[in-house]
Amino acid sequence: MENRPLEYDYTVAKMFMLTTVLLGFVGMLIGVILAFELAFPSINTVLGEGLAEYTNFSRLRPLHTDAVIFGFTLSGIFATWYYVGQRVLKVSMAESGFLMFIGKLHFWLYLVGVVAVVVSLFMGITTSKEYAEFEWPIDIAIVVVWVLFGISMFGLIGMRREKSLYISVWYYIATFLGIAMLYLFNNMEVPTMLAASPAGETGFGAWYHSVSMYAGTNDALVQWWYGHNAVAFGFTVPIVAMIYYFLPKESGQAIYSYKLSLLSFWGLMFVYLWAGGHHLLYSTVPDWMQTMGSIFSVVLILPSWGSAINMLLTMKGEWQQVAASPLIKFMVLGSTFYMFSTLEGPIQAIKSVNAIAHFTDWIVGHVHDGVLGWVGFMIMAALYHMAPRVFKREIYSKKLMASQFWMQTLGVVLYFTSMWIAGITQGMMWRAHDEFGNLAYSFIDTVTVLHPYYTIRGVGGLLYLIGFVMFAYNIYKTMTAGRKVEESELQNASPMGA
Amino acid sequence: MDIAQLQAYGYFALTVFLTLALYGYIYHLYSKKKDSDGHDYEEYSNMALHDDISDTPVNAISDDKEK
Ligand code: HEM
Repeated sequence: MENRPLEYDYTVAKMFMLTTVLLGFVGMLIGVILAFELAFPSINTVLGEGLAEYTNFSRLRPLHTDAVIFGFTLSGIFATWYYVGQRVLKVSMAESGFLMFIGKLHFWLYLVGVVAVVVSLFMGITTSKEYAEFEWPIDIAIVVVWVLFGISMFGLIGMRREKSLYISVWYYIATFLGIAMLYLFNNMEVPTMLAASPAGETGFGAWYHSVSMYAGTNDALVQWWYGHNAVAFGFTVPIVAMIYYFLPKESGQAIYSYKLSLLSFWGLMFVYLWAGGHHLLYSTVPDWMQTMGSIFSVVLILPSWGSAINMLLTMKGEWQQVAASPLIKFMVLGSTFYMFSTLEGPIQAIKSVNAIAHFTDWIVGHVHDGVLGWVGFMIMAALYHMAPRVFKREIYSKKLMASQFWMQTLGVVLYFTSMWIAGITQGMMWRAHDEFGNLAYSFIDTVTVLHPYYTIRGVGGLLYLIGFVMFAYNIYKTMTAGRKVEESELQNASPMGA
Repeated sequence: MDIAQLQAYGYFALTVFLTLALYGYIYHLYSKKKDSDGHDYEEYSNMALHDDISDTPVNAISDDKEK
């Protein structure tokens, strides 16, 4: 056998890159369909009355959220872990047959889980808890997938040559532990087949049905402790892990302040877990908990901006790179959008603002300036940086990447501005009343007024989706037709074709 | 004192404790500048910048054994 020098092994990273692109496309396509269904309700029955069950808004909405969260984002997290993990720990997966096996098993079981989720949600089987719609058999499968991820992660950490853990690794570990804890507690459920009524009847529902172990206000509290922290540990922590690796690496600049990254980390961990109460303002949750949710949400600005500013300052003196490289543009705009939505969120969490914002489209606008501008941009940038290194080829087209950047930026801006106007209009109209306290408008009045904004949102979403297709095409061409490159070209800035 | 009141005091104490711990940590980071292995924290950025498998680790795990 020839004695080749040791190399990083990206087999598993490549597998997850594929699902990132695939599920990203599916999830965003469904998002665009949803957006147009809200603007033009006849699209709900576009495939005829017979199939309306499968095409209507309520059936598709959880498919969108779960496809983009647990499909696109999670695949992106796994793909980048299997790439960044090896590199900053300076150990190759090729060095351990066991970890290679676990990594592949992790991928294939994940894929089985994805299929089970898609099929069951399409069939309308759901627990009705937001972002936790899966029934208990799938929950168990997801726990197995997560444990495999854990074995992979800690296995690699156990073999490392680099004694200290790079800051990104801290964030990946936090993602693992955070989601494990949240998922387990929120999905405590009792299969209905084990239930009995006071009259002694048994055998309720199908075998896969279940009810939450919590009830009423407690259920709501656990649900939003989960829901908000799904944002924390799915959309923030792992994405921060990515930017702390990919931005310094791509730009060749050391992190502006490594110390700041450490203390923002602990700040984020300390504060985030208490903020979930802001989803339940003016509900039956104890008042002090609502106040706590508000206060912690406002405090959350500090650690969030700690990371974001640290990233922007990393570019200090090197701003010409932002102009020159579309890849850096994605990351710099990503961290700007991160700052933006972590300022907007706390504002919405202030009780008096929430009285207008809650239940309106402003919330949806807030969600999407975060996920499109921050999560989506960062994951795409990470894949763009990884592609030349895992395929040993130059990125197919820089021009295409730049056009994609501008198209998607325009899409995000159209999305959130229309939702701001829609949301605030809605909030004001719902609460408007005459001098005797009679409501000034009925619900349908608001629907009529909102129609143009819903259409604009649909167009914004469509632009983002087209941009995503350009991204997928660019990655595909990189893989198949990009110019072959040498290791020496891959130090910092990624090589790009015209 | 009922359980709810105890919980509230406990919660308050925990918040104060964690705040002090966080500020203590900031003070520690910026006054010591180096960790217990004698590495300046800022050197750790190099873990990402020099991350080829043949690059020398910033803080190699085998250092301890070789000494
Ligand atoms: C092409 C881009 C996208 C479009 C057009 C789109 C559209 C939509 C629509 C129409 C809704 C339902 C809003 C409502 O119920 O009124 C929604 C909800 C949601 N979307 Fe998207 N979406 C897109 C991309 C994404 C991405 C990439 C993510 C995450 C990574 C995401 C995460 C979510 C979440 C978490 C919700 C639930 C919001 C809530 O309950 O307040 N979306 N999206």
